[in-house]
Amino acid sequence: MSGSGDIDGWVGRSVPRKDGVAKVTGQARYVDDITMPHMLYGVTVRSSVPRGRIKAIHYSDKIPWEQFTIVTAANIPGENVIYLLMGDQPCLASRVINHSQEPIVLLAHSDKNLLEAARGGVTIEVEPEPGVFSIEDSLEQKEIVWGSDNILKQYHMNKGDVDSVWPSADFVVEGEYRTGAQEQLYIENNGMIATASPAEGVTVWGSMQCPYYVQKALMRLFALPAEKVRVVAAVTGGGFGGKEEYPSMIAGHAALLAWKSGRPVKMIYDRAEDMAATTKRHPSRTRHRTAVSRDGKLLGMDIEFTLDGGAYATLSAVVLSRGTIHAAGPYRCPNVRVHARAVATNYPPHGAFRGFGAPQSIFALERHLNKVAAVVGLPPEELRRRNFLHQGDLTSTGQEVREPVDLEGLLDRAFSATDYRAKVQSFARSNIGSRIKRGIGFATFMHGAGFTGSGEEYLASIVGVEATADGGAKILVAATEMGQGSSTTLAQIAADALGISFDRVTVAEQDTANVPNSGPTVASRTCMVVGKLVETAALALKAKVAEAGIAGDFSTASAAYIKIHGPLRHFAKYAAPPGIHWDDQSYQGDAYGAYAWAVYVAEVAVDTLTYEASVTDFVALQEVGRVIHPRVAAGQIEGGVAQGIGYALYENVQWKDGRMANNQMTNYIMPTAADVPPIRVLFAETPYAYGPGGAKGIGELPIDGPAPAIANALENALGVPFDEIPATPEKIMTAVRGAR
Amino acid sequence: MNTFSLVVNGKRISVEAWPMARLLDVLRENGFTGTKEGCGEGECGACSVLMASRGEARKLVNSCLVPVAQAAGAEITTIEGIAIRDELHAVQQAFIDHGGAQCGICTPGMVLAAIQLLDKTPQPNSDEVRAAVAGNLCRCTGYIKIFDAILDACKRMR
Ligand code: FES
Ligand code: FES
Repeated sequence: MSGSGDIDGWVGRSVPRKDGVAKVTGQARYVDDITMPHMLYGVTVRSSVPRGRIKAIHYSDKIPWEQFTIVTAANIPGENVIYLLMGDQPCLASRVINHSQEPIVLLAHSDKNLLEAARGGVTIEVEPEPGVFSIEDSLEQKEIVWGSDNILKQYHMNKGDVDSVWPSADFVVEGEYRTGAQEQLYIENNGMIATASPAEGVTVWGSMQCPYYVQKALMRLFALPAEKVRVVAAVTGGGFGGKEEYPSMIAGHAALLAWKSGRPVKMIYDRAEDMAATTKRHPSRTRHRTAVSRDGKLLGMDIEFTLDGGAYATLSAVVLSRGTIHAAGPYRCPNVRVHARAVATNYPPHGAFRGFGAPQSIFALERHLNKVAAVVGLPPEELRRRNFLHQGDLTSTGQEVREPVDLEGLLDRAFSATDYRAKVQSFARSNIGSRIKRGIGFATFMHGAGFTGSGEEYLASIVGVEATADGGAKILVAATEMGQGSSTTLAQIAADALGISFDRVTVAEQDTANVPNSGPTVASRTCMVVGKLVETAALALKAKVAEAGIAGDFSTASAAYIKIHGPLRHFAKYAAPPGIHWDDQSYQGDAYGAYAWAVYVAEVAVDTLTYEASVTDFVALQEVGRVIHPRVAAGQIEGGVAQGIGYALYENVQWKDGRMANNQMTNYIMPTAADVPPIRVLFAETPYAYGPGGAKGIGELPIDGPAPAIANALENALGVPFDEIPATPEKIMTAVRGAR
Repeated sequence: MNTFSLVVNGKRISVEAWPMARLLDVLRENGFTGTKEGCGEGECGACSVLMASRGEARKLVNSCLVPVAQAAGAEITTIEGIAIRDELHAVQQAFIDHGGAQCGICTPGMVLAAIQLLDKTPQPNSDEVRAAVAGNLCRCTGYIKIFDAILDACKRMR
């Protein structure tokens, strides 16, 4: 099944995944598959009102409480906080309630059924206070629900002088765009098992993306040093960002129950709790005001970008940052201003989700440019073509595009793959008098890989590669395998660097007691940043063996080396590519080490009787540097496109009194096998000098393009704009009827 | 609690459970943890197993919706019963070769749904493949590689 012969090495070949057999046979061990002797189960009692003050906690006298372990904020040995970027979110609420799912009491028992009854036997008496449930109400400060002004974070990004261009512009085009919350909906719910005692410290096993985030949070919560807190990632059944921050919360809860009971405690959320309580994609509102010349040149872009962050700061500052940097897209414009804000509301905190702010701002921009094109009187592709970034141009952060980029070429290739121009014409004809209206639309975009700005330097990730006694190698990273194939692609990179067979490379379990902090498994950084460090460490390891002057290939020589000198490993630490500068104050500089570039094209069909829309064909073309594993890469793109289709059309979080009302798979609809169109994934490969084997990041990119491409296709089909997603049948009906 | 006798992957086991206990939990508590819970309400198919009640052909069921009392006496096949010793079933091998498993949490159910399809329809067309797994949700793959795997598996089984 592997691709080309082994002369070229392992990178670029679709080798069998390391985790394939375990997963198809049901042997892979996820957290809920692990049990421990004398284990208890834990559950959470949450608030029912979105904002208020806790007056009392009542325990029903029908429950034999002496059999239960009960934990409240008073039982926390350290600080009552889930620490990430800030300390504003408590682990257990003690006085103040800021959202409807605030955890207040934890219960453990060996019998799950009794535990459910007991959960119902706890009543939280709350004095309710009015909450804030929209971006508008938060900005208007109807109530102050966070800090002094409800602003979790804001950025002012400034390039040139946007106010100087309004008078001379031929056209000024304004628009407002909105996106809804989206649930990650990994099929494995959040879960954790903990053991804990003052003597042994705390150990947790669970479903997660970032073992060292969990460790950091637990250290504060228990006032323990790093060596007393061990975090182990189990096989993780999907993350998509949803297991970036929340695992720290559930790990804290399980560990507190274990600490008090002296027994292992397992906490596994059911679907309803996972959907209601854990983080979702930030809802957004984006306002554009654009100055453009008669010949379609972008002169100035004034963008106001606002995210609903929910009740606590969590990762909103970073999500907002990525959204801000992507807000002006892959276009050349001398004057850009972005005023970005994440505001607090009384929803459960919104958080990381694949794309991390970029899908929101890219949706707005790619819708807006269609509007601009219409005003100028150009086809949407021609307007973009006149403004694409080229090598040597400056992005909106003033970053010089150092790598070659050919967006025109990508656009041409995507259009010929879809027969775009012919379809625009044929649909226009066939739609006349037809109940089914068909349309085609596209989006052009970029996505920065790795942490924003100085983020990677700040993380200072460390990766290890260790030679094994049998002549193989083991990779030591904290990057978790959550389905994206990292255990396979990292092994390919190491195999090539060492010159040994892929089969001889393994990836160590992600256990903070054994692997160094290679940073979180987020931001499309695992392959590009962590992978590059794996390559560096492996090359250094090989050099060490060569220096020792032992004859033979790496396997023979390293095995001999170990016999003589003992363990052989090398750790590599992140160093920024040369010439990278970032200024956090002005938000100018080299925002990312590298960008991936893409053109996505969607075809839709809308039934004008039911107002149901479906995506009937999809082409995803991207330039992501060298592709390490074509099948894994294509699978990532296809999965991201399907999530994007859900985001655009189906996935509608319905809020009622600050809580998710449709927190079930029955009424929160994600795409099924019957809903996905054929998805054609195409790559253009331009090797990136600072990526391993020339690779750039890939994981988040595919969620950026589908929603705007689909909304543009809907507009093409129906002749009315779709500036808000999800475009549910109700919204489509309103738009179509409103236009009549 | 009652005692129930089930045949799982060809072996008879006897379990202590409440009659309304979910087959899903009974299986998992007896070591068949390849059967997963994604929703507990019949929507995701992660808990799919094949079940043949007396004298009937085996069919795909969501074990989260089946009370153990209803499964008593039936023959149940879980993912652990698909590979014969180390030899993978053609569907399993095709899932590996085509990248049909990413995070893997939906995979046991998907593989069983595919086997159920090929039991009844050895030469399915792509619409039949889609329909066969439409009750099994996957958030990772966008389904494309799962379709490829199933279509290839039936070629290999010819
Ligand atoms: S767990 Fe049974 S269908 Fe989802
Ligand atoms: S492979 Fe992750 S849900 Fe299907």
